[in-house]
Amino acid sequence: MAEHAAPNAPASAHPKDYHAAKMGMWLFLFTEILLFGGLFLLYASYRHRFPEAFHAGGQTLDVFLGGLNTVVLITSSLSVAMSITALRRGELVRCLWLLGFTIACAGGFMVNKTIEWLAKFHHGLIPGSEHMLALPQGQGVFYGLYYAMTGLHGVHVIIGGSVLAWVMLLIRQGKVTAQDYVVLENAGLYWHIVDLVWIYLFPLFYLIS
Amino acid sequence: MDQTDHPAGGLTSRPFFGPQGSGGPGDKGTGLASWIFSTDHKRIGLLYLGVIGLMFTTALVLGLILRLKLMTPGSTLLTPQQYNAMFTLHGVIMVFMVVIPSIPASFGNIFLPLHIGANDVSFPRLNNFSWWLYVTGMVLAITSIFTGAGAPDTGWTFYVPFSERTTTNVSLAVIAVFILGFSSILTGLNFITTVHRLRTPGMTWRKLSLFVWSLYATGWIQVLATPILGITALLIFAERVLHLGLFDPGRGGDPLLYQHLFWIYSHPAVYIMILPAMGVISEIIPVFARKPIFGYNMIAFSSLAIAFAGSLVWAHHMFTSGMSDTAVLIFSFLTFVVAIPSAIKVFNWLSTLYKGSISLDPPLLYALGFIFMFSIGGLTGLVLGAAGTDIHVHDTYFVVAHFHYVIFGGTGLGMFAAMHYWFPKVFGRMYDHGRAAWAFWLVLLGMNVLYFPMFIMGLQGMPRRYYDYLPQYGSMQMVSTWGSWLLAVGLALMFWNLYRGCRYGPIATRNPWGGATLEWTLPTPLPHEAFEGDPKAPEPYDFKGINPDG
Repeated sequence: MAEHAAPNAPASAHPKDYHAAKMGMWLFLFTEILLFGGLFLLYASYRHRFPEAFHAGGQTLDVFLGGLNTVVLITSSLSVAMSITALRRGELVRCLWLLGFTIACAGGFMVNKTIEWLAKFHHGLIPGSEHMLALPQGQGVFYGLYYAMTGLHGVHVIIGGSVLAWVMLLIRQGKVTAQDYVVLENAGLYWHIVDLVWIYLFPLFYLIS
Repeated sequence: MDQTDHPAGGLTSRPFFGPQGSGGPGDKGTGLASWIFSTDHKRIGLLYLGVIGLMFTTALVLGLILRLKLMTPGSTLLTPQQYNAMFTLHGVIMVFMVVIPSIPASFGNIFLPLHIGANDVSFPRLNNFSWWLYVTGMVLAITSIFTGAGAPDTGWTFYVPFSERTTTNVSLAVIAVFILGFSSILTGLNFITTVHRLRTPGMTWRKLSLFVWSLYATGWIQVLATPILGITALLIFAERVLHLGLFDPGRGGDPLLYQHLFWIYSHPAVYIMILPAMGVISEIIPVFARKPIFGYNMIAFSSLAIAFAGSLVWAHHMFTSGMSDTAVLIFSFLTFVVAIPSAIKVFNWLSTLYKGSISLDPPLLYALGFIFMFSIGGLTGLVLGAAGTDIHVHDTYFVVAHFHYVIFGGTGLGMFAAMHYWFPKVFGRMYDHGRAAWAFWLVLLGMNVLYFPMFIMGLQGMPRRYYDYLPQYGSMQMVSTWGSWLLAVGLALMFWNLYRGCRYGPIATRNPWGGATLEWTLPTPLPHEAFEGDPKAPEPYDFKGINPDG
């Protein structure tokens, strides 16, 4: 049941409700999963229709770069989880270092991703280009989905990294503390969902061949 | 709490509208900034009401112009391109900016917290942010009309492949839709959390008002279905800008999948539209019948059942699109299933009225209008849900008539019922009852004259969205346009009456209708901070000892 304000609390003060904040975040994460869900639905349908093309497309992706990015993201999920524990113990410096490391991982992921995409562009796999149009039907769809899904995921990595940077600022300003840490926890949850989506994207694109 | 409290008398200068500033802590005055940056759920509700009203009027005028064009066959008044743009805008504005936010964002924001005994929603700042998102989406959508290579001309459904290829300003419009969807998600998320976390002690789930139940069910649809609209809109944008070819048959894509994605959101969306209106009706009927609601549990349960089953029927919009027969059969069956909880509600409302002590005040009139129109709209929905008959009437005026009966006759009248029911509590004054009744009858008559001929034209084969038509439809089209004028007069009278009431009406009492939910225990108009401490949870439909005080 609700934690209510004491009757004499100032009229404008809205009591901070830890469970409400968590619940709101989880609901938001549902919406993120469903946002990607639409794309996963397209993926399932097209993969069913063009199994060979997806097989051939998957072979052209660089498993090493994809695997490296997977390791980078999983490590960053660990560091963000550790940063929450550090904050709750009051170890501010360690918390900030761990968050900084997480953001560095996000940056590393994006650099890696850019290299990968540029290599694809170099091979003429530019959306809408003549080369893409000349591909066998299913392969065009494969690369279309590849760009759409990893692109949307990349946007989420950037958003997640920015949110973590913002929380770092709040911690330094003393607005997120060892007692009131739900903002960091929610940012961490968001980061985990970014990680989780990648955990599915990696095998679906890189390992299906 | 004392229900027969005296109205706060002696106040000659009531605020023009809205919750009054108490001058106490938390009172932010009355300037513009105190409104648009307000985190007060009541002010945000009124902000929504204002902007929704503006958008409703805009789209209404577009609709009237469309009807005027269709009054006579041939090329009159509008060019075909203008006509296409106009019905697209009428649909986009009405669906995404009026009907979806209508009741939840305005009256839901104001009364959901009060019904559960809370002083605000769980995330007040997020609430204000969602209003700003709404305004941003609105501005972008309006901008898309005047910039680029002309206003979008795809219809509100943005079907591919046309939406990928048209040179009109579809890209900006779908971004607007994405942002509006985000706004809707945040409202739903806020409501769900609020209902879970901020109920006053003793307010068990079975003591929630049915309005809250319906908003709770709506919140879940908003959270679970809207992201699919988001990704669909983004994909249209990506297709147009990046040419990914995901829906382009020339590159292996499948336009049918677009339709699936679109309706996975847009069918549940009609329940986002209608459920809150059903909640309003469930509030109004018992109050004006002076009887406890019949079948409380079933009405609450049917809201959840509609939210659940309504998520599984989307492909009944696609019976003629080339799906497999198996898919058609399954979705047809599920469509019939979703009619059951809707019928449960209607029967329960009628049973509540049975042997009640009925006072035919304006809110009840509008509620009865809802039941009448929704029943016609709902039953004709089954004609469309049955695979066999749908083949005949698919994409004809029959569909147009059906959804205007449900959405305008249902949600629209539900919204007007809510406006007349909560008006005295929100604005602190009372409107003229006689004029409200006149306006109601004009609106009801106008709607039927406007939309009923469309059923007949649809059965005779008149396709929707056509610029021109064969002479045989001439008389029906003419009658339908006359109906649109009746409707416009009725609506003008209604809004004028409410405006008059707002400015010059008699001061409203605390509980003019004799409602038993918590908002009627509060002063009129609503104070800035509603409850001091936790109120006691009432039985929301027990009218013993509660009498109208106006």
